Amino acid sequence: MDILSLTAAELGKKIQAKEITVKEAVLACFSRIEAVEGKVNSFVTIEKERALARAWEVQKAIDEGTLTGPLAGVPVAIKDNMCTRGMLTTCSSKILENFIPTYTAEAVLNLERAGAVVIGKTNMDEFAMGSTTETSYYGETKNPWNLEHVPGGSSGGSCAAVAAREVPYALGSDTGGSIRQPSAYCGVVGIKPTYGTVSRYGLVAYGSSLDQIGPIARDVTDCAVILEAIASHDEKDSTSISREDTDFTSALVQDVKGLRIGIPRDYFGDTPFSGKDKKQGDGSTTQAAAEGLDEEIKASILEAAKSLEEQGAVVEEFDLGLVKYAIPAYYVIASAEASSNLSRFDGVKYGYRTNEYEELHGMYKRTRSEGFGEEVKRRIMLGSFVLSSGYYDAYYLKALRTKALIKKAFDDAFSRYDIILAPAAPQAAPKLGASLSDPLKMYLSDIYTISVNLAGLPGISIPVGRTGKGLPVGMQMIGDCFQEKKLFRAAYTYECLTRKKWVSKWPDLTEEKDSVRKDAAAGREEK
Amino acid sequence: MAKQYETVIGLEVHVELATKTKIFCSCSTEFGGAPNTHTCPVCTGMPGSLPVLNKQVVEYAMAVGLATNCKITQVCKFDRKNYFYPDNPQNYQISQLYLPIARDGYVEIEAGGTKKKVRIHEMHMEEDAGKLIHDEWEDCSLVDYNRSGVPLIEIVSEPDMRSSEEVIAYLEKLRMICQYLGASDCKLQEGSMRADVNLSVREVGASEFGTRTEMKNLNSFKAITHAIEGERERQIELIEEGKKVIQETRRWDDNKEYSYAMRSKEDAQDYRYFPEPDLVPIVISDEWIEEIRSRQPELRTEKLARYKEEFDIPQYDAEILTSSKKMADIFEAATAICKKPKKVSNWLMVETMRLLNENGKEPSDITFSPENLAKLVDLADAGIINSSVAKEVFEKIFAEDIDPEKYVEEKGLRTVNDEGALRKLAEEAIESNPKAVADYKGGKEKALGALVGQIMKAMKGKANPGMVNQLLKEMLDS
Repeated sequence: MDILSLTAAELGKKIQAKEITVKEAVLACFSRIEAVEGKVNSFVTIEKERALARAWEVQKAIDEGTLTGPLAGVPVAIKDNMCTRGMLTTCSSKILENFIPTYTAEAVLNLERAGAVVIGKTNMDEFAMGSTTETSYYGETKNPWNLEHVPGGSSGGSCAAVAAREVPYALGSDTGGSIRQPSAYCGVVGIKPTYGTVSRYGLVAYGSSLDQIGPIARDVTDCAVILEAIASHDEKDSTSISREDTDFTSALVQDVKGLRIGIPRDYFGDTPFSGKDKKQGDGSTTQAAAEGLDEEIKASILEAAKSLEEQGAVVEEFDLGLVKYAIPAYYVIASAEASSNLSRFDGVKYGYRTNEYEELHGMYKRTRSEGFGEEVKRRIMLGSFVLSSGYYDAYYLKALRTKALIKKAFDDAFSRYDIILAPAAPQAAPKLGASLSDPLKMYLSDIYTISVNLAGLPGISIPVGRTGKGLPVGMQMIGDCFQEKKLFRAAYTYECLTRKKWVSKWPDLTEEKDSVRKDAAAGREEK
Repeated sequence: MAKQYETVIGLEVHVELATKTKIFCSCSTEFGGAPNTHTCPVCTGMPGSLPVLNKQVVEYAMAVGLATNCKITQVCKFDRKNYFYPDNPQNYQISQLYLPIARDGYVEIEAGGTKKKVRIHEMHMEEDAGKLIHDEWEDCSLVDYNRSGVPLIEIVSEPDMRSSEEVIAYLEKLRMICQYLGASDCKLQEGSMRADVNLSVREVGASEFGTRTEMKNLNSFKAITHAIEGERERQIELIEEGKKVIQETRRWDDNKEYSYAMRSKEDAQDYRYFPEPDLVPIVISDEWIEEIRSRQPELRTEKLARYKEEFDIPQYDAEILTSSKKMADIFEAATAICKKPKKVSNWLMVETMRLLNENGKEPSDITFSPENLAKLVDLADAGIINSSVAKEVFEKIFAEDIDPEKYVEEKGLRTVNDEGALRKLAEEAIESNPKAVADYKGGKEKALGALVGQIMKAMKGKANPGMVNQLLKEMLDS
């Protein structure tokens, strides 16, 4: 049996049925990692011995009947900004090159309680700041579909590991699109839940009011299963919310009849879907985000919208508004919080400390200058500036007001629609090195994802196509707060129609010339 | 003619709250303990850790706010104050700037026979920092985070005080309030109450304030008094010499009785305050405020008035009895048992205060129980023990909280009222002290003392002194 072709939920079932042992599942991951990691570089830390010891433990509990959940024995990779007790946690930064936490993040603990086997920590943009996973101190991760392209970011390692079949699923974190955008670039499914659904305890903070942990997997079912496992009300996180509707798998039904779907003209241009002339409106804002959108991506998403309409959904165009204000508001708020959150990395208590220094402030300066990368330093400076006395009102306070207005624009939209469709990024994965030279351009590419964080909404990214060059295309579906189930229902419905086309294919990466593989099951269906 | 100057003083008072656990984690706040033993990922600023507010901190802060006539901010928030220093593990302190828990209050003080109101500008909650220890031997600095995250309230007054007497009266008032509420023990020496003094001088009659300085490191009332006087003189001297007072922070050295500049306003730090995103706003309902208000104990002012009224205790005595919550609690509990307020008061005012002074202790250090004090009062009052025995027994109560009834029985300290035995001893005393007898008969009443002394000595102090006196007089006068 080809273990690698199984989704997390499928693998979990076979482990419960004793068709596959936990050790076999773990070893299958490691043999795949050994084969492809040199090309992809998804991981910062790989913990084979630990994983095998843990596999033995989990297998014992499964055999004794104490672990019966869908994820028991299934291997997982964790983004390297979540604390794992006794396991290196670097945030892909030099400044934490030797940091071994004394405790485990609540989301990871929840997975461990469900019987997950952590096999390693995935690469990311340093402190989750970036959209390409190129700002990592430990080398860039490559897109498994085309090794000359980036996997996206900041959860690029997690998405690449899943796409490359190194692991059935992974955890990522999303502050401004860091789960959804790389999921789109890598052709996998990723969801950022409503702010407060998953505990942030143990997630090394970037932008505290925006950060949220979420699953990255091969299909929608896995994402629902994983989110069900990691969502919890945690008293250690004051922003964590007590929810009773976290039985997300109950929403995995192929039915979108009557579901109201809105397509913002602001994102797709004047008449993307209806083809009819747009009514009188404010053309200036609607064009702002639509201009940069790649035609191939636009076409794939509109085709997906068509499929959902054919299944009974009601699809309409509308004006969302305020789109152009999202990027400045986001970079002010996230950088401000980051400048404070990252001040604890000072060489005093843990992590990197410079070798030679004079006096305390000399130590601080050299440690932080040497320990942080360019992008992190840029955002710390930006954040420190906007919080400075005399500038606070003009930048930070204004950004907070903008955030409130953006939330209101979404509230209005969700009074009419259940789901809003959006791209995850304006283009498919760019080539390595193409984004770093122009940070502002990189920031602008976050236009479709960041407003979701500002409004605290859930958003899912699912594969809906391939570009002419064979790079995956993702579609983002945005829901109102606590409406993950609607997202799962719509995403699952679409996936059922297109499973063979997107979900079942994966990059081989082991042959001289990289080729695309298909799952055995999918291959049979196609005959 | 020399100009007349007025001192204008405002205080920032930090009070450490008496919670069992820290403000944002469940670590113990206990004083002492080996370095870094009362710590966890939260109070050592580990990556990924998050603060969770201790509700008791809010309740103590509300209680102090209500007792100082403040308005409680019903939606209040925490903010981050950013600055780099190793005693501060996150390099930011979680404090309150924009929406502090309480505002616009006042307390009434009395200094130099006049009453006045000192207004409170605001009061906020915040976390304490750790402690840096410099190791001269190894030439390195070590950090102890046991104090990190201990809850504090900072009470900021308006510049309403004009003398060190007023400042001390204000601090005493705050201390009484916090102690009575159980919100803090307010020990200056241990740092559970700290005051920074903002001081400026101006010519009497001037309407504008002068330039102020802020003085830190004042850890006793004596140091505060000295620092205020020293700073007043320093500023007046500068002005008289035609120089300017610089707005700066100064550190008081109480040994040298001298302050030196720490930093001026020019290099003042920009703390880049912003709302703490890891904590949600605290919403305080009317019901919660009422609940706290209804739980407020009787404070000193009311207690003092009640003692005078209910127990007929003089003003001075009532002041001493209420000068600490502990003393007042013992007074009331013991009085409730024995129903003899004046006698209880007497034991506290005289013997207790004497023993506290002799041992260099505060009323808050009292360890004896009101039950044992009440028993002692009853024993003495019933004449079961005489006054000198009672004092001896009280010393044991003060030191070891012994049960006086048992103690008196065990040690056989009951007063001897056996007239026959006493009469025999009196005869012996008269026979062996002819000089004293002659003196007494010659009109020297005091000479009787020697005879009484001898009898008491023979009875090991347990004789009823009244009866002895009466017997001797009967025998000699007849």
